[in-house]
This record gives sequence, C-alpha cells and structure tokens, in this order.
Amino acid sequence: MPTNILICGVGGQGIVLTSKLIAATAMAHDIPVKSAETIGMAQKGGSVFSFLRVGEGAFCPMFAEGTADIIIAFEPAEAVRMLPYLKEGGCTSEAHAVIVNTHPIMPVTAALSGSAYTGAEMLEYLEKHVEKLILVDGEKACAEVGSPRALNMIMLGAAVRSGILPFDINAIEETMKATVKPQFIEMNSKALHYDE
Amino acid sequence: MHKEFLMGNAAIARGAMAAGLNVVSGYPGTPSTEVLETAAKFNDGGLYVEWSVNEKAALELAAGAAYSGARTMVTMKQVGLNVASDPLMSLAYIGVKGGMVVLVADDPGPISSQTEQDTRTFAAYSKLPCFDPSSVQEAYDMIQKAFELSEEYHTPVLFRPTTRVCHGYASIDVKDESECKKNTPEGFVRDPSKWVIFPRLSFRAHAEIEKRNRALSELLSDSGLNPVEKGSGKKGIAAHGINYTYVKEALAALGCDVPLFKVGTPFPFPEKAAVEFLQGCDEVLCIEELDPVIERGLTYVCGKFGIGTKVLGKLTGNIPESGENTISSVTKAVAEFLGVKAPEKAVREEPPALPVRPPVLCAGCPHRASFYAVKTAMKGKKSVFCGDIGCYTLGNAMPLDMVDTCLCMGAGVNITQGIGKIEPDTACFAFVGDSTFFASAITGVVNAVYNQADMTLVVLDNSTTAMTGHQPHPGTGRTMMGQVVDKISIENVLRGIGVKTVETVDPLDLKAAVDCVKRVSAEKGVKAIIFKSPCAVLIKSGKPKFIDPAKCKDCKRCIKELGCPGIVIRDGRPAIENALCTGCGLCSRVCPFDAIGGDENAD
Repeated sequence: MPTNILICGVGGQGIVLTSKLIAATAMAHDIPVKSAETIGMAQKGGSVFSFLRVGEGAFCPMFAEGTADIIIAFEPAEAVRMLPYLKEGGCTSEAHAVIVNTHPIMPVTAALSGSAYTGAEMLEYLEKHVEKLILVDGEKACAEVGSPRALNMIMLGAAVRSGILPFDINAIEETMKATVKPQFIEMNSKALHYDE
Repeated sequence: MHKEFLMGNAAIARGAMAAGLNVVSGYPGTPSTEVLETAAKFNDGGLYVEWSVNEKAALELAAGAAYSGARTMVTMKQVGLNVASDPLMSLAYIGVKGGMVVLVADDPGPISSQTEQDTRTFAAYSKLPCFDPSSVQEAYDMIQKAFELSEEYHTPVLFRPTTRVCHGYASIDVKDESECKKNTPEGFVRDPSKWVIFPRLSFRAHAEIEKRNRALSELLSDSGLNPVEKGSGKKGIAAHGINYTYVKEALAALGCDVPLFKVGTPFPFPEKAAVEFLQGCDEVLCIEELDPVIERGLTYVCGKFGIGTKVLGKLTGNIPESGENTISSVTKAVAEFLGVKAPEKAVREEPPALPVRPPVLCAGCPHRASFYAVKTAMKGKKSVFCGDIGCYTLGNAMPLDMVDTCLCMGAGVNITQGIGKIEPDTACFAFVGDSTFFASAITGVVNAVYNQADMTLVVLDNSTTAMTGHQPHPGTGRTMMGQVVDKISIENVLRGIGVKTVETVDPLDLKAAVDCVKRVSAEKGVKAIIFKSPCAVLIKSGKPKFIDPAKCKDCKRCIKELGCPGIVIRDGRPAIENALCTGCGLCSRVCPFDAIGGDENAD
C-alpha cells in the first residue's frame, strides 16, 4: 500500500515545491510515486492542495477521503477543510498525523465582511479531533530561520520527523541540495532541521 | 528506457516528441497549456513550436505542415476546439500526409472552463478517431500510437485527456533519446485533386471515411487500447480515462473483482470488444464524466447484436449527469451496483465555519485599478460592462462588481453592441485583455466600426497571457522559438480599423485614468481606451505601503472599494499585509484621509 500524503494551504505558500521534493526523493530511491495538485483559476488566492502517493499499489494520483496517512497543512482552516481525507478509526495515533502551521491567512472576503478569523477556532477543532496533531508556529520558525520563504522546509522537516514518510531527513536534505540554488541551501537546511 | 517523474501534459509532449514530432502549435488554455510549454522546453532546435494567435490559426498551421509530411500536434482546451472546429471539420475530409494529433484537454467539473462539453462526442460528429488516456504512463504510450494511426490512415486524430490526467504526475518509463523516432518531412507535393476541397471530393471522402471507421472499429477492438479485464460474476463495469483508475481504487477498497472494460478509443467505438464484454455480463455500469458516450455505445451494441445485457450509467440515474466523479463517488456507485457495503465514513463534529477563499485579482493587479477607474467615472450613469475570458473575469467579484456578461473568447465586444442596439441610452463598455484581443476581439471591433456601434472598448493590456501562466502573444515581441520580434501595437491595430479615438493610460494613475474614461466614453461611435500596466506577478514589487494609524479613521474605504488581498483587518483596523502588497499605491489614492503612505514608514 502506498503512503498517502496530503499537502494543503493557500496559493503562494510553497506547497508545490514541497510536493516536488518528496516526489524527487522517492524517485531517487526507486520508489514509485504519483501526485496531483491544484492548477489554474483555483490558484489565485484560493485553497490549494497536493496529493502524493509514495510506494507500490496506487492506481490513481488522488486518493479517497479517509485514506491520508499524513496531512501537512500550511494554514489552520485548510487543515480543517481537508481533514475528511485523514485516515480514521482503529488506528493508533502513531499511524497517521496532521502537521499544521498555526499562523492563519485571512482571506480577502474576511476583511470585506469584517469577520475576525484568527485560526484559533480551527486549532481548537483540530486538537479535539486529531490524535496526533503537530503544531508548528510557522511565523516564529521563519523568523528564527531568518526567511519568510523557509515555511515549506520547516513544515517538511516536521513531517519527516513524524516518522510517517518512507524516508528520513537526510534523504530529503540530499534532494533539497540538488534542487534549490546554492545560495539557498544553508537556509533550507536550517529550516529542515528546525525543531522548536 | 529510463524513469522520469512527469506531469500528464509533459508526458504527452514527450511522447509526441518520441514519435518524431516536427511542429507543435496551440493556444493556451487550462488544462492543456503545459503540453506545448514542455515541447518548447525540450526543443533541441529540431522542433518548430508556436503559440498561435488562436486555435483556428494553430490548427490550420499544423494542417499545412502535415500536408508537407511533418508530424504535427496542435494543443488546446475543449472550448478552443469550438474555435478550431471550422478547419477541423473540413480537414477530416481532406486528410493529412504526416501524422497529426489534435490535443484537446477536457475539463469535467468544470474546474476552469465555460462548458462541460465532451470531445469524445465531437469525435463522433467530426468522424475522427479519438484517444482517451487514463494515466500519465498511458498518455505517453498512447500518443505515439495516435501518431502511427494518424499517418497510416492519413487522418487527423483527436487525443483528449481530462484535467486529472493532464495535471496528474507519475514516475513513468520514458524512452531514451536513441529509442525515439525521427521524422524527416518530404515537403508539400502539389496535387489540387487532393488538397483542394470541392463538393465532389467531399462526397467521395465521406463514403471513404465511413468505410475506414468501420474498419477502425474492428482494428481498435484488437489493439490493446480497449482491454476487457476478466473478473468474477455477471456484473461488469465500463469506464474511461481517469475514471478507470477510480474504479480500480474502488474495487480494491471494496475487495471486489468484476469484469472491467476500459474504453481507450471511444470513437470509432470498439464494437467487437464491447460484444465480448457484454456477452459475459447480465448488467453493466458505465462510469463516465461529461457525456454518456460509452453508455450509448454499449446500448447501441446491445440492440445491434441482440444482446440482452442491461446497461446502466448517467442515462439511468446511476451516475451524476454533470460534474466530476471522485474515488469516493465512484466507490459509492460501484458498491450500490454490486450490492456490497461501502466503507463507512467516520462522522466528526461539524467544523467551525471555514473561511471562503474564492479566486480574486492579485494584490497590485492593474486590472483592479482599471475596473475601479471605469466604475468611478461612470458612477450614476446608465452603463453596461461586458467582460471576457481571462484573469479580468474576476472583476465580477465584490466589491468591484464590474462584469455584467461573460460568454466566450472575444464575445464581449459584440455582446455590448447588441445591448446598445436595444438600449441606445446605455453607455456600452467591452473589457478585453491583450491576448484575448489578438485571439478573437479584432473582428468584433471591425464589426462595430462598420455597423456604426456606439461603444467604448477597454483593452486591459498587461503585456502577457496571465490567466494561463504568462505565455507570450503578438503584442509581447517574443515567440516560443526564443526570437525577439516586432511587437504588434494594439493602438495601431485599432487606428487601422478606423477607431478614431484611442487613448492609452496607466490605470494606476487613478486621476488620469478616471478623467480619460469620462472624456472618451462621452464621445459618439466606437472609441477605445488602452489601460497599459504590466501584470503584477511579472514585475519586481515595490516596497509595501503603510497605513498610518494616527491618520486612519477606520472608514475601511480602502477595503470596501478595492477588495485587495494586500489589505487585511488586524486588531479591528485596516492594515497592510506586507507579504502581498506590491506598493502599487491604488489604495493611497482611494484613502480620503491620506493615511496610506509611501515606504519610508513601512514596518
């Protein structure tokens, strides 16, 4: 059975690169991989997601609700939106997890309607419904790593440390080094290893 | 062979190149765009690649090259096929010498299109063979077969993946350079009896096409493209494209194993394979998106061959008639059909209200300024604003609310003329982007000038095709072969047509823009405004603006008037989202208290 990975967030947060790094790492280890992501009109300020299936036995690039081994959510409300995809029932908390960046992104509609979406109610809901919830303070982490662009590597590092992905941090780091420009390697390494 | 991780569209391009592709042309459109982009990226100089002005031009160019013995591909989304349908319907009768694949990406949902039309149905209408791949690997392999069949039968063929195949990725087997075919075109051989369409030729060709398609139905049944997978029981499933993978996932989840018919060539329908499948089943469920093509095909085959199998699908209410299928919806339908229990979903407490994130114009998008300028200038006057296809369709969203109609590429300029004929007291506007202007709005302007329309054309010129990912077009001065060429001037085109008043203005200079709209729209006849400002995504952002809390009176006018994602509410007050603000300064021109300032105060 493949490991089903769902990465979600808001357009512009670096979700596609995260997905590509996991796929490239699988390729480097001769593990079959399939993926699918949002492209087109939905990208403009909208919710974006990427499905990834690593390992033998996947027919389709997407997977069904209730079958994700891990959700890597770059935004609290997006984690809640995609939660129906998480595996459920009968599993121990070690089997599946949700990694979530606690920093909310206000949609333009929230500013217009004057609603004060803060993400807190989403985190509360996740705490209540997810056995293994890993919170990442993305804003603080980016500040400590020293770049607002480090979020994707910080999230990916946390996901790898959960032990659910079929490779370790060194494997991901090797792929990252082969993918990003030389001047960004140090920052991205720091981000991958960031652990508050 | 080696492994590569490829997007479906990239696999199509690479497969076509492995089949000896010489020419690829197209017009951008989601979900097809990356096919041509991939071909351009991997072009070693031996391939001719162009973004044509529209799909009709692209198809005609590819046809000419195929007449000359080249292997050609033309790429478009499903509505692009409507634009290209005039040459394609005739080309079906004339045929080709070199293999020619018409790549049309369909979009069930629809996710980013106007229609849920099905190119498989168009295949039957145009009588052209059609290929429907179900995976990235199959797309790579199948397009090579499509070229072979096209060349062998001297006919263009349709290749129609859907969004989930186009945009899916997989690690697949790709041919090494040494395994790829090379095609050297013979050149155009003059033969008017072959290349000039006349009624007598069409009459003869029609009969030949019907005969060929009967032969192809037989051939395709045995081609391996329409496999009947054995299974237990008397209930079978027929599926196509990505739906085939949904069925495989569903059967695995349900622990079932039933006869499965994958229709890879929906036209000509593989009747022999269908008979083999139907004879083993009492009842079959057709799982399709868009039109019930397989369901109708199987029902027809049952009647033709006197087979008593019951055929279920969209027409019998077992599968939704519109929209996309998913693994979950297919699993549910299959479980019901087989009379087995679907896996139960855990019921969680209803989540809190989720923030809605509809697509919006980007922070700093010059279209926002253009719409706002026209809205401000025309306040209180009876006006109609006809929109068109592109990022600027998003000008319909609140608070701008500046798109009254949108139909298809280039339609707005003609629709506004029609409204004007019925409502002469209405100020009629048509908004059109630069790429759409070249693609299909020029003839509309000719029509307006000739037929004495009273309208204002507003060209939103951001110097790119932004919606589909920034492709060059005739106004950009760049081609897909990497040449720098003369830019075609929209202003000169309009003047050449006979539009006497053409003003170009920067929409971010709000006062000048509003004055321009007031002045130009007051004139009689056809007049044009070109709002010229580059796409915000393509230029280096300026320093973010800053809202001075001492000057801000919390009127929130900046938010209510503009709806820019770069302004948010923080601690109950308007604040700039530094990560998004491009410093375009539109908000500082809208603020009545001069509270939004330059970068010197940026935090």
